[in-house]
Amino acid sequence: MELEIDIARKAFRLAGGGERLVFDHFALRIPEGATVALLGPSGCGKSSLLRIIAGLDRDFSGAVHGAPQRIGVAFQEPRLLPWRSVADNLRLAAPHLDNSALNALLMAFELEGRGADYPGQLSLGLARRVALARAFAVEPELLLLDEPFASLDRALHLRLRALLTQRIGATTTTTLIATHDLDDALLLADEIIFLEPGPARIRGRLPIVTPRGQRDEILTKIRASAMIYYVMDAPGNGNQEDAS
Amino acid sequence: MTRLVSIVLFLALWQIGARLLGPHYLPEPVAVAGAMIAEARSGELAFNLGMTLARVLASFSLAMVLGSALGVALGRLPRLDRLVDPWVVILLNIPALVVIMFAYIWGGLNEVSALAAIALNKLPNAVVTLREGARALDPALDEMAQVFAFSRARRWRHVVAPQLAPFFAAAARSGLALVWKIALVVELLGRPNGVGFKMNEAFQLFDLKLLLAYALPFVALMMLVESFVLRPAEQAASWWRRNGA
Repeated sequence: MELEIDIARKAFRLAGGGERLVFDHFALRIPEGATVALLGPSGCGKSSLLRIIAGLDRDFSGAVHGAPQRIGVAFQEPRLLPWRSVADNLRLAAPHLDNSALNALLMAFELEGRGADYPGQLSLGLARRVALARAFAVEPELLLLDEPFASLDRALHLRLRALLTQRIGATTTTTLIATHDLDDALLLADEIIFLEPGPARIRGRLPIVTPRGQRDEILTKIRASAMIYYVMDAPGNGNQEDAS
Repeated sequence: MTRLVSIVLFLALWQIGARLLGPHYLPEPVAVAGAMIAEARSGELAFNLGMTLARVLASFSLAMVLGSALGVALGRLPRLDRLVDPWVVILLNIPALVVIMFAYIWGGLNEVSALAAIALNKLPNAVVTLREGARALDPALDEMAQVFAFSRARRWRHVVAPQLAPFFAAAARSGLALVWKIALVVELLGRPNGVGFKMNEAFQLFDLKLLLAYALPFVALMMLVESFVLRPAEQAASWWRRNGA
């Protein structure tokens, strides 16, 4: 089923009074089975959009149609239960997992031997992987990944991206990835939706036809094709908006 | 080792003080030990300690269960909190003695009134602590549980309860100290047995030996409960904080 998002209006109240308009007559259609990257500077409403689709934010006027029951979400922070082991964190979200499925899952996310660890013992990179594994574990009909590589150093970022590229390639689940990094979007998605802030507007949609495995070699070329829509995230600019 | 030295030093000071003040003001440790043994032989000591302990445990459990339930409800429902908060503040500030007297006057001099009076004195304390705990629940984890469709039972057991456990343990620890002190007053005012009753008897007779013979074992008992039950429980409640980064 196609995902239909129509947000007539969504605003956040600001601490100092007044409000910030995030969406104003915003509409988006996502075909079933597509892997779509939402690309835009920080504060342009990517996370808000994912939260609305996930049903976590109902304080808006408009409607979302076609959002399935089983949704797998990887939040920007891992959001694991610190008092439960990695294996239990996965099983609590996905009770159907038996031991062999659990081990296969840990293997797929390069978490072998980590099942008994507690989240406090994991680095951020590993905790992220557990959070991603949890999102995939529920066999979702819709996957929402919010900045899956935020706050990771360059090397970890690349490694996790390679891993996630494989995982996404192996499913046919409708997937939405929020990111501010052009290369992430180019390597992971079938289609990039370029967003610009204040209130969010779709600047353009760019389908990527090259199969995922072959994109690394021609990255420079496809990067050039994205430049017509892409607005650089000015240093410091986006973060200020986040804080407001 | 240091503890042992400390106890020996305490006994030595007591002995010296007793010599200086004389038995009418402070009986010697040996005399108190004698009275203690006499009470123990007759079975009086065990019986009265047992009665008080039973009252402490019953009213403590009652206050913790009701207080926690109410505290969590208030922490989760701000409108209910605004309604009930003034009552909690009043109850927190009413002198224990007043609560006890009203309980005896309204309910009669019986066990139920006694337990209610003790529990009611502890209740607001548990309410306030658990309310803080419920307010501090992490909304991020709540959202996670919602997205992954945790059932109600699963959410309570795996998401909410572990976050409340340290608050519950803190309320329990501070609560026991409060409850046993109040239990003695309740017994003194209206019960025919228990440590508080015996202390009253000793006071009437100016029998300081008897007073101390009951006070010391009871304090020791409460210290044992505190260090072997409550403190380990409190540490167990937040073990996962130390288990990691």
